Amino acid sequence: MNFGNIDLNTVWFVLVGALFTGYVILDGFDLGVGVLHLFVVRRDAERRVFINAIGPVWDGNEVWLVTGGGALFAAFPDVYATVFSGFYLAFMGLLCALIFRAVAIEFRSKHPSPRWRAFWDAGFALGSLGSALLIGVAMGNIAWGVPIDAHGEFAGSFPGLLHPYALLMGVTTVALFAMHGAIYLVLKTEGELQAHIRTWVNPLIITFILSYVILTLATLLYVPHVTEAFRREPWFFALVIPVVLAIANIPREVNRGKVFYAFLSSCAAMAGLMAIFGVGNYPYLVYSFPFPEHSLTAFNAASSPRTLGIMLTIALIGLPVVLAYTVSIYWIFRGKVKLDKMSY
Amino acid sequence: MSVEFLARLQFALTISFHYLFPPLSIGLGVLLVVIEGLWLKTRNPLYHQMARFWTRVFALTFAIGVATGIVMEFEFGTNWAAYSRYVGDVFGSALAAEGIFAFFLESGFLAVLLFGWDKVGPRMHFLATCMVALGAHFSAIWIVVANSWMQTPAGYHVVGTGLSARAEITDFWAMVFNPSSMQRLSHTLASAWQTGAWLMVSVGAWYLLRRRHRDFALASVKIGLAFACAAALFTLATGHASAGGVARHQPAKLAAFEGHWETGPQSPLYLFGWVDQETETTHGPSVPGLLSWLAYGDPASTVTGLNDIPRDERPPVNFTFQLFHLMVAVGFALIGLAAWAAWALWRGRLEGSRLLLWLLTFSVLGPQIATQAGWWAAEVGRQPWIVYQLLRTSQGLSAVVTANQIIASIVMFTAVYLLLFAVFVFLLNDKIQHGPDDADLQPTGKHALGFGGSS
Ligand code: HDD
Ligand code: HEM
Ligand code: HEM
Repeated sequence: MNFGNIDLNTVWFVLVGALFTGYVILDGFDLGVGVLHLFVVRRDAERRVFINAIGPVWDGNEVWLVTGGGALFAAFPDVYATVFSGFYLAFMGLLCALIFRAVAIEFRSKHPSPRWRAFWDAGFALGSLGSALLIGVAMGNIAWGVPIDAHGEFAGSFPGLLHPYALLMGVTTVALFAMHGAIYLVLKTEGELQAHIRTWVNPLIITFILSYVILTLATLLYVPHVTEAFRREPWFFALVIPVVLAIANIPREVNRGKVFYAFLSSCAAMAGLMAIFGVGNYPYLVYSFPFPEHSLTAFNAASSPRTLGIMLTIALIGLPVVLAYTVSIYWIFRGKVKLDKMSY
Repeated sequence: MSVEFLARLQFALTISFHYLFPPLSIGLGVLLVVIEGLWLKTRNPLYHQMARFWTRVFALTFAIGVATGIVMEFEFGTNWAAYSRYVGDVFGSALAAEGIFAFFLESGFLAVLLFGWDKVGPRMHFLATCMVALGAHFSAIWIVVANSWMQTPAGYHVVGTGLSARAEITDFWAMVFNPSSMQRLSHTLASAWQTGAWLMVSVGAWYLLRRRHRDFALASVKIGLAFACAAALFTLATGHASAGGVARHQPAKLAAFEGHWETGPQSPLYLFGWVDQETETTHGPSVPGLLSWLAYGDPASTVTGLNDIPRDERPPVNFTFQLFHLMVAVGFALIGLAAWAAWALWRGRLEGSRLLLWLLTFSVLGPQIATQAGWWAAEVGRQPWIVYQLLRTSQGLSAVVTANQIIASIVMFTAVYLLLFAVFVFLLNDKIQHGPDDADLQPTGKHALGFGGSS
């Protein structure tokens, strides 16, 4: 297909961002459920409800990450190469965490022994927690900037990735996912269990808001290239307003008993946060700190225009289909979790 | 140990482990479609029971396939950063297409396949089963296309020089239909069908040996065997076609497969043997002219030998030779076994022959060994190139990754994968010992309504 003279680089900056946003929103609640798994419920039947709440959908949700990774490889190979080799150990940790999260869901119910179940409960919870934390830390590093040399290679070290700002972003991400997961669980449960989970929602919202406020202050104080973007284009602040409204709307809807709207608000808030993240960083994909001139951007790290065009064709054919059956699957599995013979 | 060696070891370990599972999912996926189709058509509850049982096995292989597949998606960047920069323009789009066209399809409909028995109607459920199988095939298509492009690059040009050189796409369809992709795709799929089919046969044979679940066991053996026969022959045909392609496009690899040193007509084929790389000779029984004939259809045709290939462009010869011969030997053994079992079944002698039943019980290992050997042969035979004749493996490494980091990840993956493998075998065995559920002879939910079953 011929896309005339649209700016394919920016289009792919947005599309890769959209794929990761889809991932964060969708797998965000799966990971959140995992984070809460050990603390919130202890009885086997309740833990099964937690796992079955995400049972039919988590794999499809994770595919957003896989596809995002593939799209990054194809559209911005330099970024894919630099970030993944540079964050080597962190990514190995993330992969390990994702593996445990995935197989624990499948394995846990396959054997009745309490020790077996306790082991996979831990695998599920720690896998989810580790994934959420490392995703946050990675995002924190991208926002903060990472050292990049003149060849576009990562010039830092693994411990250097664990600076306070990145860790703060990691904690905020965990809090966000936990809040999102709790709301999802309220949506999927009923009766006593639901009432119990509901008591967790407000504290989680407050935790998230607190850590997000601290993170924002830290960003304003210490991350000049992001604040610079907002100073250059003050209209970006318009993005912040709906995000704040969406977050504020969550407790309101929960208290009114409109949990589905609360969940939608939470989704919208996450989409907004990702949009702010993207807009604040554009056109940087990896901001190089302390050598900004070595940064990887949507323009200097991209594939050829022909590849970007081919990929856009693929995306235009594929994404509508993907969205159509994602919606159908969620529709088929709507409603409260009921444990039966087929459940995990 | 060099970073290069470690990076290769780590990649080989993780991909080989991943590839224990996709062939099972691809093969069982097709068989599930067949069985569920039979159930819808005949309304024989036995097929419903079979579909339920094999769905549970499928869920298990699929889960580990998914968990280990994620690793592969990111490992190009972690281990092979220079390679990723070089090929991203061409290779990345196939990987992205795999996500969009295959994984979403599979994972979405998998939910309906596993949990939807009582939620959707039988026809919708059947559709979901078909979509999961289709998705598994799509993923094979894209990943094999991507890999084949590395074996026989096409549809690209190289821009820049030195460190900044990279391949850029010039023709998408030429990239997709590069000279080896269709042959290798068909051979990979055929071998995956065999993998699923022999699993079904071997579980059935085991029940027959133990005199349990006779109806279920016989039906599994029959369906599995019919499928295995067809797939085994197709594997041979496509493998032969691949060998012809390798002869034309990767002569060094073919020469290593066959331990062939002297270029010339009437080239011999070694049935088995040992390659001495020091003296550059191969020892073993051989059939004169057969290699020439197999590669080009004419014993008089010339096959390039390793002596005409610069030393630094030769793959490890003996290793490749043994792997390739192992695959082919297993391939013929499986064809023989399939023929014997089919004949015994036709004569009604299957259940009487304990030897045959034991062989069938262990048959599941055959395709697994051959697929692993096949991939290893194909990939080691491509060395020292990571992209054939364009980029050497040593040039594809990540500049910033150190040996210690890779060792750490090897240790981690070895531990995790050993655990996963033990659990997989334990659970698979558990399911097989538990056997098909008698309750599944009574379809429930909309399956029962639609088909006048009781309950
Ligand atoms: C899309 C790409 C792709 C696909 C589908 C496969 N591989 Fe591969 N393989 C590579 C891409 C690759 C690679 C990244 O390009 C490697 C790493 C080093 C190299 O030379 O090629 C490689 C190396 C490599 C090696 C090490 C060879 C060596 O370094 O001597 C082994 C044993 C395998 N692979 C095995 C497999 C198996 C069992 C596969 C079955 C699924 C497989 N590969 C599919
Ligand atoms: C290096 C190459 C490979 C990469 C990067 C890769 C990547 C992946 C990923 C990310 C998944 C999980 C998708 C999900 O979350 O649902 C997966 C699963 C799968 N892969 Fe691979 N894969 C590779 C090799 C192969 C090969 C060679 C085949 C087939 C010929 C294959 C077939 C499948 C199938 C059928 C699945 C679905 C899960 C399953 O069936 O077990 N993969 N792969
Ligand atoms: C029956 C005789 C067989 C022949 C003549 C044969 C031939 C070949 C050849 C020539 C290749 C290398 C292709 C390349 O490097 O591009 C190959 C690869 C492979 N073979 Fe076989 N094969 C046979 C049996 C089998 C069997 C029984 C299996 C498994 C059930 C199998 C699985 C594979 C796999 C997975 C690969 C790697 C993928 C590929 O490169 O196509 N093969 N085979």
